[in-house]
Amino acid sequence: MIQVERLTKTFGAVPAVDGISFEVRRGEILGLLGPNGAGKTTTLRMLTGYLAPTSGRIRVGDYSIPEDLLEVKKITGYLPESAPLYPEMLVFDYLAFIAAARAIAPADRRRRIEQAAELCGIREVMHQPVAEISKGYKQRVGLAAVMLADPEILVLDEPTSGLDPNQIVEIREIIRRIGKAKTVIFSTHILSEAEATCDRVVIIHRGRIAADRPTAELKEALGGKSRLALLLEGADAEGVERVLAPVPGVERLSCGPPDEAGRISVAVAVAAGVDPRAEIYRRIRGTDWTILDFHLQAQSLEEVFRELTREE
Amino acid sequence: MRAVWTVCRRECSAYFASPIAYIVIVIFLLVVGWFFFSTFFLLNQASLRAFFRMLPVVFAFVVPAVTMRQFAEEFHSGSCEILLTLPVRIPEIVLGKFLAGTIFVAALLVPTLAYPWLVAALGDLDPGPVIGGYLGALLLGAAFAAVGLFASALTKNQIVAFLTGSAICFGLCLVDQMAFFLPEAAARPLAYLAADVHFENIARGLIDTRDVLYFASLGFLALYGTVLVLEEKHG
Repeated sequence: MIQVERLTKTFGAVPAVDGISFEVRRGEILGLLGPNGAGKTTTLRMLTGYLAPTSGRIRVGDYSIPEDLLEVKKITGYLPESAPLYPEMLVFDYLAFIAAARAIAPADRRRRIEQAAELCGIREVMHQPVAEISKGYKQRVGLAAVMLADPEILVLDEPTSGLDPNQIVEIREIIRRIGKAKTVIFSTHILSEAEATCDRVVIIHRGRIAADRPTAELKEALGGKSRLALLLEGADAEGVERVLAPVPGVERLSCGPPDEAGRISVAVAVAAGVDPRAEIYRRIRGTDWTILDFHLQAQSLEEVFRELTREE
Repeated sequence: MRAVWTVCRRECSAYFASPIAYIVIVIFLLVVGWFFFSTFFLLNQASLRAFFRMLPVVFAFVVPAVTMRQFAEEFHSGSCEILLTLPVRIPEIVLGKFLAGTIFVAALLVPTLAYPWLVAALGDLDPGPVIGGYLGALLLGAAFAAVGLFASALTKNQIVAFLTGSAICFGLCLVDQMAFFLPEAAARPLAYLAADVHFENIARGLIDTRDVLYFASLGFLALYGTVLVLEEKHG
């Protein structure tokens, strides 16, 4: 659906986006991930025709940027970061304006606005000025405006930034619902978000691509490097070392100092492809320790991300 | 062309939602009212001459104050990112905003129609100069609205947009008076640039194509410049 080839944008002498190439397939939800200032927004702005690329090619369906910019704009809906809507307009008027600008037939407008309002859950704020609704609603109105013309491609720049946890969950839910039928690209600097919502993740750092993989594959690659966390009562560091070190699959043990109640926490680094949990449990059962907590910490994308984007 | 109207309608409603519009209307009516009534009461003349004579200079400040927000505010708030990624051509956006500015200028002039009505009621009203005056005022206002729009597209700061716009408009009103110390050969073409001279010609009731052409080309130049500025960044 979208092919980006050696896309570059320089501001003065500084390259904001430095020769990146990636592809988005029809119906895919792609997460564009990176620390602040990595070039995510600049990339999205070029995809939507807001900024002209310095060099490189973008193909969207059968069209290319910049030759068929107007056609690309017709099939693309773009929601910039923090949803900059016109503050003085009523929500309904704003949606009506977007509907008119997107050349939706006047007879269809009301129905389309109602559908989009339903999808994004903004019925109750339709007659309030944009300036007076909450950030979460603003984001949803922005999404509704994007959905009005039923575009094939949705480009969302940090759609959950600045929202509270409940609002974040709601917006993600809407994105997932929309993503069933559309090609969606969204940027974020929160990994769990990409993990929760995307089919594929492209990580950019300093204007270059650091990784481009399906979310499942990324998680799988990390699966081998999991870690166990234990909280034990009545144990001591030497005892833990003696009992657990011989368990197959245990690579490294580190015990914290005992707290006032005499409990110690133990972190167990586990070798790839082995699950030593059952054996660890059997060994501990043979002692007089009490297990207060015992869980597997699946390594998050956070760690890979940090690894990939660490300052040289 | 449908998009021009869509943009224009939104701009017009945005004007009347902001207090700046009302402040500008009040200031404009106070200033021109003072010019009209000072001759009316002090000189005992029922005439529109003073009103029309001062109009170019008043417009040089009022019109850029009207248009300063048109692009600058969009750049500042980021709403231009949505506007410029809608399937609408840049010239259509510029034309829509220009049209809205011109409509606002026309709305400014409507209350002043009370003056010719008053003059007609009290004395002899020569309809030629009045019709010419209002036509000229509309042309002048539209041309200045285009200049103000151009200034607004240059910056995201409304104050800068206002100062740039009124500097250009005020300059165009003064250029003939500054030209007197230049040699004849240089003064003549410079005087052609003077907005107030062309306005006065029309306001005398003498509608000459040269004067109309002047305002049309000033407006076109400013709008074309606006399109170029926007396409440079967002083409």
